Amino acid sequence: MQFFLEVLIGGLLSGVMYALVALGFVLIYKASGVFNFAQGAMVYLAALSVVGCMEKGAPLWLAIILAFVIMTLFGIATEKFVLRKLVNQPPIALFMATIGLAFFIEGLAPMVFGSDPRALDLGIVDEPIPAILDAWGIVISKFDLVAAGVAALLVTTLALFFQYTRIGRALRAVADDHQAALSIGIPLQHIWAIVWGIAGFVALVAGLMWGARNGVQFALTFTALKALPVLIIGGFTSVPGAIVGGLLIGASEKLAEIYLPPVMQSLFGGNFGGIEGWFPYVLALFFLLVRPEGLFGEKHIDRV
Amino acid sequence: MTVATAPTEAAPAVESYLTVNNIEVIYDHVILVLKGVSLNVPKGKIVALLGANGAGKTTTLKAISNLLRAERGDVTKGSVEFKGRRVDQLSPNELVKRGVIQVMEGRHCFAHLTLEENLLTGAYTRSISRGELKQSLEKVYHYFPRLKTRRGSQAGYTSGGEQQMCVIGRALMARPEMILLDEPSMGLAPQIVEEIFEIVKGLNGQENVSFLLAEQNTMMALRYADFGYILENGRVVMEGGAEGLRTNEDVKEFYLGISSSGRKSFKDIKHYRRRKRWLS
Ligand SMILES: Nc1ncnc2c1ncn2[C@@H]1O[C@H](COP(=O)(O)OP(=O)(O)O)[C@@H](O)[C@H]1O
Ligand SMILES: [Mg+2]
Repeated sequence: MQFFLEVLIGGLLSGVMYALVALGFVLIYKASGVFNFAQGAMVYLAALSVVGCMEKGAPLWLAIILAFVIMTLFGIATEKFVLRKLVNQPPIALFMATIGLAFFIEGLAPMVFGSDPRALDLGIVDEPIPAILDAWGIVISKFDLVAAGVAALLVTTLALFFQYTRIGRALRAVADDHQAALSIGIPLQHIWAIVWGIAGFVALVAGLMWGARNGVQFALTFTALKALPVLIIGGFTSVPGAIVGGLLIGASEKLAEIYLPPVMQSLFGGNFGGIEGWFPYVLALFFLLVRPEGLFGEKHIDRV
Repeated sequence: MTVATAPTEAAPAVESYLTVNNIEVIYDHVILVLKGVSLNVPKGKIVALLGANGAGKTTTLKAISNLLRAERGDVTKGSVEFKGRRVDQLSPNELVKRGVIQVMEGRHCFAHLTLEENLLTGAYTRSISRGELKQSLEKVYHYFPRLKTRRGSQAGYTSGGEQQMCVIGRALMARPEMILLDEPSMGLAPQIVEEIFEIVKGLNGQENVSFLLAEQNTMMALRYADFGYILENGRVVMEGGAEGLRTNEDVKEFYLGISSSGRKSFKDIKHYRRRKRWLS
């Protein structure tokens, strides 16, 4: 039982990181209808900016601020030089543009900051928390818990921002109806630039967490692929969906990794390792069949 | 054009307010939709823009509010002036700040926002304090008490009439001088339409908001408007005081389908054929 809890909690905590990447997708998709394939590359860019700046002598806090500036400028530039040119084009054209953007980042960022894998030290140790270990005998990583806390803080802040500020309301308005937003004088381009800026910020937080955990390397871009099943399960337009989807994927893939191989082995024989790698996609496929709009997919409200 | 009030010889001494000069609109670079439309909205008046479906009413309003570009439409000739200054190159954002705002046809509420949030977004272009915002909100609720009672409901789940009130109220939050109101009666029950037109009249009288009102519901619009223009195939074919248009035999026959000898089809009306000949 303790072991089960340990796997479950570990899975949930790593799911938080998937949720962070998925959150970036959802924000941009909601506000501008663009499926941003480059979100994974942005996570890589953010993490690389931080270690790059640190190598050039900046302390951690300054490196994070610089990376934030880089991500914001990058987001604004993307809106201004790529997406603005494609207004009124079909969604597939915008999607293709973001694929191009991903390649652009993946090529340019290592040229500026170097391509060899590096460690990112945030000063938070990845070791069990003694108090929990003593009380319940469960191993919970301090790092994972901090990461979850940061993610929770980020999500809460964003939720408050969307709910109660003038810009936040305008963002939701644009997500609902571009034309109407334009007609009441909301400048769409500013709003899109802000959304890309926020997505850049979310990518930075995700990049810090992933980079510290797995090292800053090209493989970070593949985290974007894990966000895809998260989105399918949670729904492409739902912030809570991204979070719940992330947790679900994180927990279920870890549980499947531990508990499924013996079952499969007794059924089919052979060796079943690496279930973690494909289980999320199978789960997503299942959701596509049963509930294609996702758990929290926004229902289209028909006008009366 | 520096002196807006200078009287000209041809026109009567109406202060130039919103003036549309002979505009031509082309969609997708090839589809000519407006073929030289001119009209005038004097300050503090309600002007009706009438005509059948497809006549070009919406296109005219969007040409004024600069929402055409988002639809691949282009004003290729003519000009639009507001208070003596050209406004045809402004973005919708700048135009709203100058006091001209469009309420689009089809009740475009933000479906997932509450009615109150919808109204609040209307004040986006104004940098105002919380207190002023509250004041504006109360003013809108004064005109639309129904919105107040349902302020917390998601707009997508409110009735058609409430949605229409919501979009007009939302425009009011920008403190406009001039509202371009597109088919507010579309798909609504007659008594709701009446209620909305009464409110429009009230806003016009008490808040001094001018209206350019596009409508297919000719009779209703002419009851509330001061002037009217009738569009047909992208041209103004008739204009005049609302009272005159309402009693005009041609208007009655073509657009209302009533005449002393009962209903007629367009084809049978001799004035219509005469005018057709004259137009082509
Ligand atoms: N985006 C568009 N692209 C091409 N043609 C359009 C577009 N919008 C309207 N039209 C055409 O322009 C004409 C006038 O339309 P519209 O201004 O909507 O008329 P109304 O509002 O009077 O019903 C119609 O023939 C319509 O088909
Ligand atoms: Mg129309």
